[in-house]
Amino acid sequence: MSVLSISGLSKTYAGGFTALKSVDLEIRKGEIFALLGPNGAGKTTLISIVCGIVTPTAGTVIADGHHIQRDYRAARMKIGLVPQELHTDAFETVWATVNLSRGMFGRAPDPALIERILKDLSLWEKRNSKILELSGGMKRRVMIAKALSHEPEILFLDEPTAGVDVELRRDMWNLVRGLRERGVTIILTTHYIEEAEEMADRVGVINKGELILVEDKAALMKKLGRKTLTLNLTEPLAALPPELGEWSLKLKADGNEIEYEFDANAERTGVPSLLRRMSDIGLGFKDLNTEQSSLEDIFVGLVTERQEARS
Amino acid sequence: MIFNRHAVWAIYKFELARFRRTVWTSLITPVITTTLYFIVFGSAIGSRMQEVGTVPYGAFIVPGLMLLTMLTESISNASFGIYMPKWSGTIYELLSAPISAFETVLAYVGAAATKSVILGIVILATANLFVDIDIVHPLWMLLFMVLLAVTFCLFGFIIGIWAKSFEQLQIIPLLVVMPLTFLGGAFYSIDMLPAAWRTATLFNPIVYLMSGFRWSFFGKGDVSVELSLMAMFGFLTLCLAIVWWIFRTGYRLKS
Repeated sequence: MSVLSISGLSKTYAGGFTALKSVDLEIRKGEIFALLGPNGAGKTTLISIVCGIVTPTAGTVIADGHHIQRDYRAARMKIGLVPQELHTDAFETVWATVNLSRGMFGRAPDPALIERILKDLSLWEKRNSKILELSGGMKRRVMIAKALSHEPEILFLDEPTAGVDVELRRDMWNLVRGLRERGVTIILTTHYIEEAEEMADRVGVINKGELILVEDKAALMKKLGRKTLTLNLTEPLAALPPELGEWSLKLKADGNEIEYEFDANAERTGVPSLLRRMSDIGLGFKDLNTEQSSLEDIFVGLVTERQEARS
Repeated sequence: MIFNRHAVWAIYKFELARFRRTVWTSLITPVITTTLYFIVFGSAIGSRMQEVGTVPYGAFIVPGLMLLTMLTESISNASFGIYMPKWSGTIYELLSAPISAFETVLAYVGAAATKSVILGIVILATANLFVDIDIVHPLWMLLFMVLLAVTFCLFGFIIGIWAKSFEQLQIIPLLVVMPLTFLGGAFYSIDMLPAAWRTATLFNPIVYLMSGFRWSFFGKGDVSVELSLMAMFGFLTLCLAIVWWIFRTGYRLKS
């Protein structure tokens, strides 16, 4: 069942820059959806339109059955946003600013709920502190507390762990899982593959304003699991020996290197058997290294695949 | 939901909390300023001034003092109230909240106008320590105070949205409003000016506000009270129209 339905969503800014090109996306109720993409891909624009911060050029967004422009009150009450930047009321207390957020979203004061949220986020002891006195990590927690204060059913986390330490990142992952258990749908944008791997049910990849693909995490992880083994040979080869035919190898660097691409998540990668076979036929190597594709490489690969599929 | 009362009340309380935190400086400043004006204009200069009409000069300047402070504070409070979220980036929350343009204006302008009216009353109370003031039309005076506060808070709200820096926030209040208020009869009747200057002064919109406000105190002003009310409602309508346009277009609020 879809909780967020985006169709034909486009945005061209006044300066002429097109940030989104007719994006269609369905988010399922209760899932964690990771939106991946390089800087400037359109992730934040997409989120900003859904939340009402940016006006779309074309397209429609329905949040839990409510049109985000025609029925904006009902739609916005369902949505919470933790923006990428640390925007806070520096001179206000944690308690005041979180209560303000709840009121702004049309909810009656509920001190018990705010207390529970602050305790869940380890902010209770800091409730009377001014936000400017808090560390960066604590400010990030305040942003989350503000977004959760009106009990949203759809929560956007825009780069929630950018620039935070490992401990806070783990805390956030636990928090996100807890929210999902309570039925909250979560859409997060991230640069970190491990974040998507750890938490997401489905992953979408956006590049240059186009949604390139939407896949279940398992399928994408298979693509992301490709690694490359490079062997620097002791003697250059004119051609690959026929004994190595069962591995799809590439001879590179004027015959000085053998390159083997394999699936790191597979039960049998083929690496040990390849090395044994090379030893059996007396093919020596002086060095080896393995490389995993970076996220950027994967984006480029996906874009290329997409373009090839179109042509 | 037809009206997001929780949002209006939350913003209103949040804005007034800022005033409460600085309550002593917010209140002591106008008290000291009013006292200084009375020392200078009331005792030093006022003792050499004749009555203006039938009103002693000390009492005559009270509406002017109130208007001067209320106009500058209204603009300053309202512009600061909406500029701060823009500056700090927390405006994202206002834009993503289920709150209409009317509710937003009601909350921000309401809070700023409340502060201005409180300041006006504090100045009136302080002035009462120095001079006897008999207010001829007290209800009209209250109405004028509220109207002036709301209108200039709306004007301040517009400046807060227009401004891109703290410097711009100060330009119009300092370079336009303050001089116009001083030249608008805050401390004198325009009848005391030479004919040419009197005609020129009639192009200053503050004259009409000042005159109406003074009429509520003493029963007479430089221009008719009807003209004053028309000027005030005219400016209020203009400000409302600009605010409506800002929210319709998202000017300096939305991409």
